[in-house]
Amino acid sequence: MSEIKKFLYVNRKAPYGTIYALESLEVVLIGAAFDQDVSLAFLDDGVFQLTRGQDTGALGVKNFSPTFRALGDYDVTKLFVERESLDERGLSEADLQEIMYEDEDDGWAEKPSIRIVSRAEMADLMADQDVVLSF
Amino acid sequence: MKFGVVISEGPYTHQAADTAYHFVRAALAKGHEVPRVFFYHDGVNVSTRLSVPPQDERHIQKNWTALAKEHGIDLVVCIAAAQRRGLLDENEAGRQGKDADNIAEGFRISGLGQLIEMGIQTDRLVTFGD
Amino acid sequence: MSTLHTVNKSPFTNTGLQSCLDHCKDGDAVLMIEDGVYGALAETVMAERVAGRIGAVSLYVLLPDAAARGLAEKRMLNGIAGVDYEGFVDLVADHDRTLAWL
Repeated sequence: MSEIKKFLYVNRKAPYGTIYALESLEVVLIGAAFDQDVSLAFLDDGVFQLTRGQDTGALGVKNFSPTFRALGDYDVTKLFVERESLDERGLSEADLQEIMYEDEDDGWAEKPSIRIVSRAEMADLMADQDVVLSF
Repeated sequence: MKFGVVISEGPYTHQAADTAYHFVRAALAKGHEVPRVFFYHDGVNVSTRLSVPPQDERHIQKNWTALAKEHGIDLVVCIAAAQRRGLLDENEAGRQGKDADNIAEGFRISGLGQLIEMGIQTDRLVTFGD
Repeated sequence: MSTLHTVNKSPFTNTGLQSCLDHCKDGDAVLMIEDGVYGALAETVMAERVAGRIGAVSLYVLLPDAAARGLAEKRMLNGIAGVDYEGFVDLVADHDRTLAWL
């Protein structure tokens, strides 16, 4: 693929109540094979997708939250989470899963994939994309 | 200009497939190209050929089939989303041991890679959902 | 470089319009479609917040959706422009990307 585009996946919905979060993740996993410049944005209720301690056992549905921790293996390493969205929902970074990737450009050092950004930084990120997919 | 279109809600319950239809018609009328429309989430339900709306209502599937035929639009239905929701083409029905298939003419079932490819190959991507 | 934002939800049941207004940048455009057209109304609890961005951001309403819901243009905020589907197409073409606030 000669041209590399900036793809942003915008996640604004909570998991399990609807299928959007899961099917968004499925697009991200497939899309990783295309070697584009991929970022994920989590804002509004989308921040609930990344919380620790999800247990869907009693629902009989698949808990897909561990899949976020595998994204690094797919070279999806930029997960932007909006600070204001966390604050509004009584969450902090400590409530989110630890998601790491190995940076091949830095001796495979383990680095966090989650980057907490301000609302203004999120707006800047959105304005810097070629393709925006909303879920 | 080349437009890619995503429809991510089902017909009749949500307006998305209707809005997208009017948008695509207008884009084509203005000389733009719409090489592909990708159906995802409940949007895959647009592709069933078994929909029978009352005669005085628009037929969303038939409208898309006709528009695609006239303008050579590739109507792609996501296979993973389709299989969850009971939409199968002849090939998949055979593979899955099902006794029927239900994909309408003009639609084809394929993978999510077609969505990414559409994003890469078009100048603009517009999503209609809810 | 600018973005076309589409909003398709009523601002009275969903935070999409508010979130869109919080994230759009000066020079961007916001197009209200489907139930999003209710966000164009004057004299609502949302009106002040919407009006506050008029000028910095170009605000549009999809007229076929407004007409379907019986929203006359005189009930809408000043400074919101009406477009038809062809105008929608032009907005998509004229901005670098489209972001749907689903």
